[in-house]
Amino acid sequence: MSITVAVTGMNARADNPGPGLAIARCLKESATPMRVVGLGYEALDPALYHRGFVDRGYLLPYPSHGEDALLARIIELHEREKFEVLIPCLDAEMQSFARLAPTLLGMGIRTFVPNSHQLALRSKDRLPELAKEIGVASPKTQAIYQANFFHSCKTEDWQYPLMVKGLFYDAKLAYNADEAVAAFHRIAGEWGVPVLAQSWIGGEEINLAGVGDGEGGLAGAVMMKKRALTDKGKGWAGISIHDDELLAAAHRFCAVTKWRGGLELEMLRDTQGGLHLIEINPRFPAWIYLSAGVGCNLPELLVRLALGQKLVPTAPTPAGVLFIRYAEEAIVSLADFENITVWGETLRTEGAFA
Amino acid sequence: MKNTLLATKRLALSESGFVFDPVSGQSFSVNDTGLVILRLAQHQDDIEQLIEQLLEQFDASSVEIKRDVQDFIHRLQGFLK
Repeated sequence: MSITVAVTGMNARADNPGPGLAIARCLKESATPMRVVGLGYEALDPALYHRGFVDRGYLLPYPSHGEDALLARIIELHEREKFEVLIPCLDAEMQSFARLAPTLLGMGIRTFVPNSHQLALRSKDRLPELAKEIGVASPKTQAIYQANFFHSCKTEDWQYPLMVKGLFYDAKLAYNADEAVAAFHRIAGEWGVPVLAQSWIGGEEINLAGVGDGEGGLAGAVMMKKRALTDKGKGWAGISIHDDELLAAAHRFCAVTKWRGGLELEMLRDTQGGLHLIEINPRFPAWIYLSAGVGCNLPELLVRLALGQKLVPTAPTPAGVLFIRYAEEAIVSLADFENITVWGETLRTEGAFA
Repeated sequence: MKNTLLATKRLALSESGFVFDPVSGQSFSVNDTGLVILRLAQHQDDIEQLIEQLLEQFDASSVEIKRDVQDFIHRLQGFLK
């Protein structure tokens, strides 16, 4: 008997992939057979067409259409697919799913997501506050509403280079005010304000993906150092590591926030060996397949937690396991493309073009 | 230097001289001499004793070996942060 799991984040684009396809792949490799339903937002979200990992694909209304439209679509799809678990994995949709979680549970769809309060605690503009609570350093961060800030910031003890970041996505290292202003307008145009200014710290970035059990514990974790980046700064290759300080910080984060669900800690080890919290993402990262690769399948763990199953303590994961991404073309029939474009789902009909 | 010597204990070393640091995720290669130094360093906390052990294995003066070991460990620091 397989478990039907709906997964969002089907935008598996080569330079900046969403995590959905990697989550689906993990679920397909779990000990329990799982049927994966991919939920995308655009007809060209590549993972919708990956038949090996995604059994059926559907489109959701854009987040701008509101939560009522999102809920209505999920109700419609649930009637047909009978979702047992739903794993949202895009930053921009997490608040909506956090608010909808009780309603979804009432329908029999289990999520294992942080609540709105927990999401707010790790918001990028509140990072220094949280970092202090979990006992790590963090770069100075300020919410910026006006681009003028970048011309006057040197008088407020800021120095270039500095990071300009979107509240949900995107980050640019700016070496002077002109670059920072350009980044501000680009990011504000795409993601709105505030845009964040963050002081830049030189060093090596290290990451941890994990699952908080909702009771203050870290149910499982995998650590990774990126070894190659795309033009957008996303990991293209990485290697598993074991850093006790990073792991301890993740345990403290879960203890302080009682985090429920997937998470990614982005930390920076400076040239003196100090650890700085750069970002906490409230969902699995796109490199989550490495967790299955090192024998600690975190999406599977999350499904088990969502279903209320007892967990066996996870063994420490081995360091030195490398992942390297590659781009692959999916061949899509005109009928499939028609189905997604017109009906918002794969395999609705055999298609008029068959 | 003492910390770097301690950090060598965590390194994964292969016969080919390929080295992986499980904490930083860095990998690099060393030559045969570097591999001998790292293998000894993994079982040694004291740099003077490490130099003495190298003196037994290499036909070089203690001044040369001390200078080379210090240089090697200094370069190693860059990989083991």
